[in-house]
Amino acid sequence: MAIFGIDILTFLVIAPALSAVIVLLLPRAVARWGALALATIIGALCIAVFFSYDRAAAGYQMVVNTPWFPLIGASWHVGIDGVSATMVLLTGILTPLAILISFEIEERINMHMALLLFFETGLLGVFVALDLMIFFLFYELSLVPMYFIIDQWGGPNRKYAATKFMIYSIGGSLGMLLATQLIGWTAGTFDIQMLTQIWPTFTGENGTFLGIGIEAVKAWAFIGFFVAFCIKVPVWPFHTWLPDAHGEAPTAGSMLLAGVMLKLGAYGFLRLVIPFFPDVWIADVNILGVIQTNWAGIFAFLAMLGIVLGAFAALGQNDIKRLVAYSSVNHMGFVAMGLAVAALAYGQNWLDATGQHLESAILATNGAVLQMFNHGLSSAAMFLLAGAIYHKTHTRDLREYGGFWVKAPIYGTIFVFTSMASLGLPGLNGFISEFLVVRGSWPVFTGLTVIAMLGLLFTGGYILKGIRAVLHGPFNLKWRDYHLEIEVREVVAIAPLLVLMLITGVVPNWILPVINDTVLRILGG
Amino acid sequence: MNPNDFLSDPNLLPWLIPVGPLVAFFIIMLFTNRARLVPATDHSYHDHNHPDYDGMIVPVVSFPSRVVSIVVAMIGIGLAWILSLIVVGQGLGVEKLGKKVFESSLPWMATGVGSFSMGVLVDPLTVVMLVMVPLACAMIFIYSIGYMAHDARQSRFFALIALFAGAMLTLVVADNLLLLFVGWEVMGLCSYLLIGFWFEKRSAYEAAIKAFTTTRVADVIMLLGIAYLYAETGTLSFREILYNHEVLEHLATTPAIIFGGLSAAGLIGIFLIIGTIGKSAQFPLHVWLPDAMEGPTPVSAMIHAAAMVSAGIYAIVRMYPLLEAGSHPHEGQLLAPMMLMAVIGAFTALFSATIAVAQNDVKRVLAYSTISQLGFMMAALGIGAYIAAAFHLITHAFFKALLFMASGAVIHGMEHGEAHARAHAHHDDHHAAHDEHEAHHDAHAHAHFDPQDMMNMGGLRQTMPVTFYTFLIGGLSLAGLPLITAGFWSKDEILADAWLGASKGFGPHALVFILLAVAAFLTAFYTMRQLGLTFWGEPRTEAARHANLGRGVVSFTMTLPLIILAFFAITAGFVGVPPAFPVLGPIFSPEVNPFFEFVKYTLLPEIQPEKPPFNWIPVLTSFAVALGGIAVGYLVYWRKPLQAGQEDPLVGFLGPVHTVLKHKYYFDELYTAVFINPSQWLARVAVSQFLDRGIIDGILHWIARIATWIGDFLKLLNTWLIDGVGDGIPELVALFGAWFRRIQTGRVQQYLLLIIIAAIVIALVFVASSGVLVQAAG
Repeated sequence: MAIFGIDILTFLVIAPALSAVIVLLLPRAVARWGALALATIIGALCIAVFFSYDRAAAGYQMVVNTPWFPLIGASWHVGIDGVSATMVLLTGILTPLAILISFEIEERINMHMALLLFFETGLLGVFVALDLMIFFLFYELSLVPMYFIIDQWGGPNRKYAATKFMIYSIGGSLGMLLATQLIGWTAGTFDIQMLTQIWPTFTGENGTFLGIGIEAVKAWAFIGFFVAFCIKVPVWPFHTWLPDAHGEAPTAGSMLLAGVMLKLGAYGFLRLVIPFFPDVWIADVNILGVIQTNWAGIFAFLAMLGIVLGAFAALGQNDIKRLVAYSSVNHMGFVAMGLAVAALAYGQNWLDATGQHLESAILATNGAVLQMFNHGLSSAAMFLLAGAIYHKTHTRDLREYGGFWVKAPIYGTIFVFTSMASLGLPGLNGFISEFLVVRGSWPVFTGLTVIAMLGLLFTGGYILKGIRAVLHGPFNLKWRDYHLEIEVREVVAIAPLLVLMLITGVVPNWILPVINDTVLRILGG
Repeated sequence: MNPNDFLSDPNLLPWLIPVGPLVAFFIIMLFTNRARLVPATDHSYHDHNHPDYDGMIVPVVSFPSRVVSIVVAMIGIGLAWILSLIVVGQGLGVEKLGKKVFESSLPWMATGVGSFSMGVLVDPLTVVMLVMVPLACAMIFIYSIGYMAHDARQSRFFALIALFAGAMLTLVVADNLLLLFVGWEVMGLCSYLLIGFWFEKRSAYEAAIKAFTTTRVADVIMLLGIAYLYAETGTLSFREILYNHEVLEHLATTPAIIFGGLSAAGLIGIFLIIGTIGKSAQFPLHVWLPDAMEGPTPVSAMIHAAAMVSAGIYAIVRMYPLLEAGSHPHEGQLLAPMMLMAVIGAFTALFSATIAVAQNDVKRVLAYSTISQLGFMMAALGIGAYIAAAFHLITHAFFKALLFMASGAVIHGMEHGEAHARAHAHHDDHHAAHDEHEAHHDAHAHAHFDPQDMMNMGGLRQTMPVTFYTFLIGGLSLAGLPLITAGFWSKDEILADAWLGASKGFGPHALVFILLAVAAFLTAFYTMRQLGLTFWGEPRTEAARHANLGRGVVSFTMTLPLIILAFFAITAGFVGVPPAFPVLGPIFSPEVNPFFEFVKYTLLPEIQPEKPPFNWIPVLTSFAVALGGIAVGYLVYWRKPLQAGQEDPLVGFLGPVHTVLKHKYYFDELYTAVFINPSQWLARVAVSQFLDRGIIDGILHWIARIATWIGDFLKLLNTWLIDGVGDGIPELVALFGAWFRRIQTGRVQQYLLLIIIAAIVIALVFVASSGVLVQAAG
């Protein structure tokens, strides 16, 4: 498949950036519609890519591999498997909706729209990259536009939030860059597929590399990636940038940040950290001489903390956007939990090929990837709704709301629906993925799964708190003369998400086999 | 697939049963919700459930939408009922349904190399549920026409009860535990939304949150049970697990993954039972159910009879072979799950019956009686009285739906009477001198008037005869009036099973027998108390004197379901009369007990229960406790009916015990102090402020500050010492400091533009250099 003579994936990566330039040059009056049109076309292409991906065929598809920086062994190598196809789909769907929501921005609209489109380039670049250098490049590239979106169009505390977001991310990237260089240098290539083969069995010269034991080298490279992706996901305790960034970002920024950007981290784990470091994941780690565990166990433990403490923290918020932001910590905890199961099983089978926990790992990974998609839908929708009410009342304080269901019945109903999807109500999307993760982690991390249920319980707590504060109670007469009902534009923007939530919950097999087949190949069940 | 196949093939037909109500839900939600805008003070909006907002315009459902949503909902539930009857007919037509069942499924979720299938299953237990659920739901729907006729958000109400019914029917026809759980949780959502239907009232939304949260405690544990079962067996299909001796054997012999003393079946069983403890409001998760009375009365009937709490018991009845795996209840061997059910059930039955005695709210008495009756079922299951539990589930659903709707009629009548009494007071002009005082007093009385308080009632039999007689029938059925009521037969069967075990010397059976007998006595007593306080004697208030349902659609739609359900509250028991019962046995069960004989094939032959031989002791016990309770209730509350202003005789008799009972043993207060307040503190203070903002962010801020200092220091070093020589060395660290500075200059836009342009240029160069464009051109 090729467009204007350029292969489809390369085109998809370039197109948003080019669109951003076009939008910058458009007259202010048509910038909104122009951006929407361009993003919709790109979205349509993403959907086309997803559906033309053949899940039964092994290996990466729509691959392009041309030399780019031969000196260091980096090449323009792109391609997709089922996991990337799912993420490309998510990105393609969310960007036009975020742009539609940004219609309400008055100030420097061209620039705002351009940044959103430019952000999409970064995201899509990461998802299709099959070269570590390209991966890193786009991974970093996506930070820049988001930084300015928060910094320029954000809420009252935007400077602090944007700086924190940037420093946190760059801090993580630092280790990742070093690890990338280390791996690329030693293996002589940046090709992810080849590295997956070479790097796990790399022994250096007689088990040392530059005089350092190879195990230590691998462990440090692992930690470089691990911390970077943990920050992005975010895994507890690397999450405190998130409530600030999400809380202060404008609605569209929050939607894309929570909807897609967090998935870069989870995607990185699945694409890089799990296949590159099977031995490190299961190597014994001794904590303070007391607890004997391994990195997968530590990861699962942090995931559990994210689920539980994320839920508690969300319950403790009085700011609607911070509440929704913390819900991301809670939900992404399930992604991390699923990935921890995958890491453990992958590592063990790499070592002894006994197939232990493999079935659980496949289900958990299916759940994790589906949860990435689902969280993309529901968190974007939740931020949209939070933004809708913020835009009308100019306050994010839950205590200022009350009884909005009286005046805004449609908004209220959509709010309840979305909240329930976020809560993981069976029949809607979130439940399927959470169930799969729980099913997968139960035999592997039994105790942690039991404690994680506490988080699931308090998920109910903060969701009901949100509904109660916004919709329930007598109407707060402070807003008597305000228009509170959801606008048609907002309904249009949220409708696709609602439909997808319901369909995924009722007929998960429209998307799950695509994920499942790839996961099966990765884990080798 | 040809649509006709669905109608002609009994394996496919069950798919369609939940469709009607579910489609009705979507239609009402999306299309029949037109509103008109009225001032909030308008009588079409403002009543005691909807405050008047001065000077505000509020949406109220338009008349066409009202009518259409009723019609759509009725068609939806009507279709479900008709289809259910067809399926029931087909099911009854199969000899020994259960050995062979109607089932069909299709792949639903990819799971590694395999696939998870969703499907429907009709076995005897499903058939029995399909007799009860759609009928009770249909009655509730009809009743709602009248009850909700004037509500401002009436169409939303019909949408939600349609979803409720659809979810319950899904749960009933489900062929696997996951689909059951879907229906289970969607019902949880519906109950949350319906309990909080009048969401402007604090009591309503608090009750809604309480219901959802309390049941969620149990649900997340049940989810673990489901996950565990799935991990252990690779399937969740009822037939593959429960009708498969090898799987059950495997589960019973595998040690549990945690709590080593248990078997896998034991731990899974306990998890699932905890789910039911939450859903069916058993001790210690019973606290939500009485508060759920805040919802409109049809919802109470839906929650307490037809759907929600029945679903809890249904789930453990359904999973019984798993819960029983390894136990031999008929030989007195009970493993942990069975023991748990027996003890929790029997204790709850008695515990909440004692609370019901001291309640004055007409619906709360029924709420506690529901908890108590569900305890009967749970206890029955715990001692292996599988069929008795299923039987009581059905009969209870009929008479409890009846009682709730009748109590709703009473409340409606009291509100009507209240309004009438007030209007009357205003028309009385000859008290002109006391006008001001009267008005004040009136407003005061109005603010405190509780149409649900039985102390305000009395003598309602005079103005509401239909309600009285149907309530009486339902009440006597609940009390277990011997021979003629359904409640007697099902309760008797539980006691018979318990006695059989007790007579062999099994401790748990004896415990269950004694506790349930005492609970049955209390049940009869509080029912008579309720009937006496509500209907007997003379009216104790003006409202009660004028209480009635009026005439017309409201009155008709609210009384018709009462009459129909009263019929079933009597006759439903006759399908399960023991054949050896003197006189009645030969009439109703000439050969075998039809209910018993039909339902037992749900189970594998190995664990099918034996019908207990007829024994006079449990029968006489049933007689004694029911008649004894009725007699005591009669003596206290009917012979000398309560006068206005008189204290409940129980208060003097029980003394401080009464206070404890009235406050429900202070469980609400206890839970607030032990669970709710600490978790809120934990969320707000410990996690949000201390951990996140204090420790994690605190450390980060320190690092940032140190980095800035170093940056400043190196900058100083640069300018003073090295002065342009070593500019590049501290680049990385200085970047932080410098970068902090730039933000504060306010010239961000230039940088912004620069970075974007630079990035685009880099991207383009990068793509061009990769040769892609070159290739494309070539």
